[in-house]
Order: sequence, then structure tokens, then C-alpha cells
Amino acid sequence: MALSEQEIFEKVQSVLEDALGVDADDVTPASRLGPDLGAESIDYLDISFRLEKAFTIKISEGEMFDQSVLTNTAFVSGNQVTEAGIAELKKKMPHADFAAFEKDPQVASMANLFTVAMVCKFIQAKIAA
Amino acid sequence: MRWIWLDRILTLEKGARCVAIKNVSAAEDVLHDHFPAVRDPKHPARNREAFPVLPNTLVIEGFAQCAGILVGHARDFREKVLLAKVGKAEFNPGLSAGPGTTLRYTAVADRIDAAGAMTAGTVELIDSATGSAREFAKIEMMFSHIDQNMKGLEFPDENFVFTDQFMDLLRRSGVKLDHLA
Repeated sequence: MALSEQEIFEKVQSVLEDALGVDADDVTPASRLGPDLGAESIDYLDISFRLEKAFTIKISEGEMFDQSVLTNTAFVSGNQVTEAGIAELKKKMPHADFAAFEKDPQVASMANLFTVAMVCKFIQAKIAA
Repeated sequence: MRWIWLDRILTLEKGARCVAIKNVSAAEDVLHDHFPAVRDPKHPARNREAFPVLPNTLVIEGFAQCAGILVGHARDFREKVLLAKVGKAEFNPGLSAGPGTTLRYTAVADRIDAAGAMTAGTVELIDSATGSAREFAKIEMMFSHIDQNMKGLEFPDENFVFTDQFMDLLRRSGVKLDHLA
């Protein structure tokens, strides 16, 4: 049986509680994993592992949180992600909301893309596939 | 000093489970700094007897070594397995690992793949006088195969994680290491 949006959110919330040691109340769709919930680099792998278990899915490296764009000089110029970089990110992460990022595509703002809503959308697409 | 916090491996099921023990001894220096007696003539209220116990941080290290061996052995020690995260370490507040007790670590692999591993398990405290075992801690740990995850960084070719100290522990515990022969 397909999971409802609310059921997916609740499972993601529970995964983030366990992986990041945060309270359920802190986890809202708009929460950013890094800036708001305190996720560090290794936590993203932990979160992927736990989501795989919770939803019985397989997540490849970079499939949910892609950062490879940042190491490609064609996609980054100074502190900014280039237009080609944004196009690449959109292709790799169709589950992310780029509306705010596109206005000021700073490398440092990449962390703002990784929200709870993004994770939920990724899971929805994954289990629908 | 020897950074090996296990004495013997009792069971090693490839990619599944590792059980190991550590005997806590009064000969270990660390116990006498944790916690020493206090004799303060000016502040007698602060006086206390010595309370030597193995710090729980080193109990966690022992679990990391037990689970790390499980993860390393699963891929024939080809990977450099580093502790990436202690997801949980809950201790029974009524227990402590004093001299003459034995810790029994049981680590189970939830998953092991190219990127790393998730493990979970328990530490039991065995009272040498009675042989009774009580649950002392529950621990969850995540390990990273660093050659797979730290792209762009180069590490030495030799496996600096699984040193001779670990290989000796495995051999004397009767673990077969044919691929290393």
C-alpha cells in the first residue's frame, strides 16, 4: 500500500530524530538538515542508511544529496554556482526546490537546499518508481 | 602503551556478529586516575575513598574495536574502517566496570556495504565472583570505509587501522586469516 505524504513525513521525522538526536518538534518540512538540525557531513550517510532501512529502498551515493557539482570547475566560479552548475543540480536533484537558490546561487547556500521537505519528496519519488 | 581494549574474541561470524571480552584489571593505570581517593585536611567534607572504574568512554572504544573487527573482517581487512559516528551509547547508571569484572561485547552488523557499515550491540558486565552477566550498555555505531568516502584525499597504502596488535588478537583468538598467509 502506498504511503501518504503524512506517513512519509512522520517516518522521515523519526529517522532524523534518531540520526541527529533532535526532537520531533524541531523537524518541520522547512527545516534545513545542516543549518537548522545540525547535520554534519557523516550524518548525511547515516541518514541515507536509515532511510533505506525505514522505507526498504536503495539510495546510491549522491542520489539524494549531490555535492559532486561543487568539485567540478565548470559548475563553480568563485563563490557562485554557474548557470550550467544549477542546470546540472536540477537534473541530479529534481526533488530539491531551487527557487530561492537560483536568485543567489552561492556555494555556501547549497546547504539550504537540503530540507526535510526535499527528503520527503525524494522518498515519494523513490517509492513511486 | 597498547591501544587494544579487547583481550579475546569469542565468536566472529563473518559479516554478521562479533563477541569479545575484556578483563578489567587493577594493573591498568587509567583506573587509578578515574577516580582517585581525596584526602583534604582543609576540606574534610570533600574526602572520599578511591573508586577505580574503567571510564565509559573506553568501554565505547572497546565496542568500536569489536564492531570494527566485525566490519573489517567482512571484507578481509582490505578496507580502512574508521569509526564515523556513535549513534547511541546508553549506560546502565547503576553499574560500573571496576577491577575484577569482565566486559562482554556483542556487536551485530545491520548493514555493510561499499560506503561503510552500521552496527549495534550490547556490553554486558560480568561479575567474576558469581559469573552473573548484566546489561551494562547499548551502543550503535557507524563506520566509514574511508578510501571510498574521502575522495580526493589520499591515505597510506598500508592498513593503518588493522595494525599488528589487532591481527595478533585475531590469531590468538583462533580466527582463521588464510588470506593473510
